[in-house]
Amino acid sequence: MAVLRVKFTKTKRDKLAQVLWILNWISVVTGAILFSLGLFLKVEINKREELMAERDIQYVPNMLIAVGLIACAINFLGGKICYDCVDSTKFLRWKLIMLPYIICTFFFTFCVLVGALMCYSTRGELEESLNLGLTDAMRFYKDTDTPGRCFLKRTVDMLQIEFQCCGNNGYKDWFQIQWISSRYLDMTQKEVSDRIRSNVEGKYLMDGVPFSCCNTLSPRPCIQQQITNNSAHFNYDHQTEELNLWMKGCRQALLEYYTHIMQSIGLTVLITWLFELSVLTGVRFLQTSLENVLRQGDPNSESDGWLLENSFMETARINLNIIKSLGKCNQIDTANNGDPNINVPTTSKAHYGPDNVPPKQTPEAS
Amino acid sequence: MVLLKMKFTQQRRVRLAQGLWLMSWLAVMCGTFVFCLGVYLKTEMIRRAEVMENTEIHVVPNILMMVGLASIGTNWVATRVCQDSLDASRFPRWKVLLLAWFVVAALLCVLLVAVVVLSYALQGRLEESLKVGLRNGIRFYKDTDVPGRCFQKETIDRLQMEFRCCGNNNFKDWFEVQWVSNRYLDFTSKDVKDRIRSNVDGRFLLDGVPFSCCNPASPRPCLQYHLTDNTAHFSYDYQAEELNLHNRGCRQALIDYYMDLMNSTGPGVLSVILIQMSVILSLRYLQTAVEGAMALEDPEGDSEGFLLEKGVKETFEDVKAKVLAILQFGQVDPNAEESADTEKAASPTPAS
Repeated sequence: MAVLRVKFTKTKRDKLAQVLWILNWISVVTGAILFSLGLFLKVEINKREELMAERDIQYVPNMLIAVGLIACAINFLGGKICYDCVDSTKFLRWKLIMLPYIICTFFFTFCVLVGALMCYSTRGELEESLNLGLTDAMRFYKDTDTPGRCFLKRTVDMLQIEFQCCGNNGYKDWFQIQWISSRYLDMTQKEVSDRIRSNVEGKYLMDGVPFSCCNTLSPRPCIQQQITNNSAHFNYDHQTEELNLWMKGCRQALLEYYTHIMQSIGLTVLITWLFELSVLTGVRFLQTSLENVLRQGDPNSESDGWLLENSFMETARINLNIIKSLGKCNQIDTANNGDPNINVPTTSKAHYGPDNVPPKQTPEAS
Repeated sequence: MVLLKMKFTQQRRVRLAQGLWLMSWLAVMCGTFVFCLGVYLKTEMIRRAEVMENTEIHVVPNILMMVGLASIGTNWVATRVCQDSLDASRFPRWKVLLLAWFVVAALLCVLLVAVVVLSYALQGRLEESLKVGLRNGIRFYKDTDVPGRCFQKETIDRLQMEFRCCGNNNFKDWFEVQWVSNRYLDFTSKDVKDRIRSNVDGRFLLDGVPFSCCNPASPRPCLQYHLTDNTAHFSYDYQAEELNLHNRGCRQALIDYYMDLMNSTGPGVLSVILIQMSVILSLRYLQTAVEGAMALEDPEGDSEGFLLEKGVKETFEDVKAKVLAILQFGQVDPNAEESADTEKAASPTPAS
């Protein structure tokens, strides 16, 4: 009881081989597209690696790059095989390789699916990484004289300008850290020393934000200092003012940006997975129909093609037995009293030739 | 005295036709490239149209777009001519069209050269246009409540942040303009009243700049106000401070940007001109060689190809005479009438 048995005439087989050849080449192109998408994602993540803490998000682009390269190679081989399958004599070259090729490609499509699912599932990791990275970056904002951190100020400023965001969750994050370096603070001034003394850790905290938080859409020149003090500015209400600074937090802005990229890439990978699966199905049909043609002997006759020779359960059982017996190849078969030299007559209904006479058994030595 | 004569066997003619067919398709690609270049330049100029006072500089991308489209059509015609050139029955119908084709193709080359020249020559006009446009932008920065000008603030802020520039010539331009709107000034405050009274026009001027002038690469948090006052900030020297704000003016930044854009397209346009010239010359050789071959008894034999049948001077005289003849076609020639009359008078006499 074969799974999805389809009859193939010679012309149908040839057409299938040609179509599959073209589809395999299209798959090579989609493999290249996967590779370039992985590369793009890797570059995007590396561009902002200063703002991300150490986390396992590099797996996703690495997986996509590997899958893309392997897809190119597999489909290139598939294209060659299908090109040769039009001719039955050339098919003999590939006959032994085809079944392992199909099995390998089947397992490879699982890898493609895993790649697609990874794109959707790394959101949590990414959020953690961004949270920690941004907190550190804001803490080291003032350390423009410390080697290794001297460009963090510029990175954070450019980030806030480009993504139109302020702080980690919101602009109030800047009130909790000292973002003005001590070398620009006049310690002799009363106001400065008051602020520092009023803080437990001796940090100079203020209700002000860097200039990069300023909203360009505001009708009013930007208010950066004394943000919570309504009387410090004319006609200003801190609670209702929404256009003065960027309201969004940078973590959310970056998360949205990367999630959007990864969702688009995930969708493309899913479509590629479906395409690969359909090409694989076509190759399987081609393989089974060509093998049946060879078994029948006449290359121009009709043949059957199928996905699996027996039903799923049968095939699973047969394969499990094969795997089990592979493990037993060194063990002695105890069915015949342990003696492997005894000739057990077969009960198969095999054809022994035109006169159907089994081969003469040599008389046993007396 | 033929100009640049070359002998062509049948084999060479076929090769020339094939090579020219390929080169014509290459020239079609170049035409699309020139068109896309024109579109890109135009979109870049339209994006900053708010800080440009006039649109004179738009003539460069407009010409590029026109030439690109015309070149696509012209070179496509050249490919058809090449395809028909080896077929003696189909080639003659192109005869009349080819003269017009040469004129159009030469005109396209001249226009492309003009574009290259213009992109250098119009630099002065662009500078003027930007100067006036930016001055207006800075003056209307505070008018975010006036319809028609309410986006000037956003435009100028984005411009200064994107191009890393401040003001028209430099950041001091902001000191001469009131960029804080009156509706955000507290007129009961002494400081505000003093400043307004000290100014002749009653404007609120201060030695401060908008936040978009701040340089992100500065190691120090941005100082926007009291810029000329060294005592207002700790460890600050107005004369020596270079990293706090953007140093260059937006006019210079924009001119550098547009000049870089047009200069980088220079080599591309020059190579397109070269390709087009070689297509014109090759097509002329092909035309004369095939026509020469068709005139022979043996069409597969050798023929000559040349650029001009007579020398340059003689061809020029011929063309001039032809053009004058066409122009005089409508006029009556008094000498011809007189001689016709004398002939008419002379002819009846033998009959009588």
